[in-house]
Amino acid sequence: MTLGFITLLLVFQLVGEVISKGLDLPLPGPVVGMALLFLALVIKGDVPNGLKDTAGGLLKHLSLLFVPAGVGVMLHLHMIRDEWLPISVALVVSTVATIAVTALVMKGCCRFVDEDRGQEPNDG
Amino acid sequence: MDDGLYQIWVYLSTTPLLGLTVTLVAYQAGMWIYTRAGLHPLLNPVLIAVVLLVGLLMVTGTEYRTYFDGAQFVHFMLGPATVALAVPLYRQFQKVRRSFVLILVAILSGSATAALSAIGVAWALGASRETLLSLAPKSVTAPIAMGIAEATGGVPSLTAVLVILTGILGAVLGTWTLNALRITDWRARGLAMGTASHGIGTARALQVNDVAGAFASLAMGLNGLATAVLLPLILGLIF
Repeated sequence: MTLGFITLLLVFQLVGEVISKGLDLPLPGPVVGMALLFLALVIKGDVPNGLKDTAGGLLKHLSLLFVPAGVGVMLHLHMIRDEWLPISVALVVSTVATIAVTALVMKGCCRFVDEDRGQEPNDG
Repeated sequence: MDDGLYQIWVYLSTTPLLGLTVTLVAYQAGMWIYTRAGLHPLLNPVLIAVVLLVGLLMVTGTEYRTYFDGAQFVHFMLGPATVALAVPLYRQFQKVRRSFVLILVAILSGSATAALSAIGVAWALGASRETLLSLAPKSVTAPIAMGIAEATGGVPSLTAVLVILTGILGAVLGTWTLNALRITDWRARGLAMGTASHGIGTARALQVNDVAGAFASLAMGLNGLATAVLLPLILGLIF
């Protein structure tokens, strides 16, 4: 990880925050920063090696980063206890529905496009 | 407790050092258990770390705010890490540039399904407004989901836990759902896992098939962006 690329990530986050707050966007600042960095990479046409390493190092431990917020659940334990049924049913139904819809739409789209190239996998 | 030891505890419990250190130790304990259990999805290291830390804080009577004084240094890194997600997103984007519009259509459908079905089911079963808003971004990778919850009036820490649970559910139920629907295309299977259950689903997809893994990570990134843009609009229409 190089200091320069950590600074670059923070600068993109800062610009993202400024745009998000300045234009009163409902988007979180870091998400705006991510979109801007993505656009910058598309324009540049490749990822500098240092940035690859810095981003990789940070993302390797991504799951650690939400432990502190996760512990904040102790402030809402009563809420989860009171609403465990709607929460658990919503999570299961919604997860299965999302997987089904995404896969079926993608399958439908692929069939539509692949027809020309004759690549449609024949699965009955 | 011995008086000298008690004095040390009183001192340590007010410094950021303790909160920061126990966070790292608990996470590594979680990783150790997860690895030992052959990466079983129910033994998610974040879930283990959270359970350990909540237990520790309750047993010692420590307030969350005191703990967070130290843990905030870890929490802060979520911002730059979210920005860094642009790098894997760009690399996957280069791989699938040609079919990008179709992929986008599938992910947008999934993104809307995730939010609307979660809100709809929870609302029908009588969930509170705060819970509905915290549930809405649950399919999105945690740093983005928490940012969205914060911006839309949900509870970020509740969202963080719901995100982890969603990831585990997707990893456990995904294969079964996709087989039941006879989805044999690895692209569609990966895309569905990444859209529905972010990093945890992507990790699962990567273990099974490279193509599925690549499509899952692209789906995770794009779904984060799509949900951040769409959800405030959807919520504006509903509430």
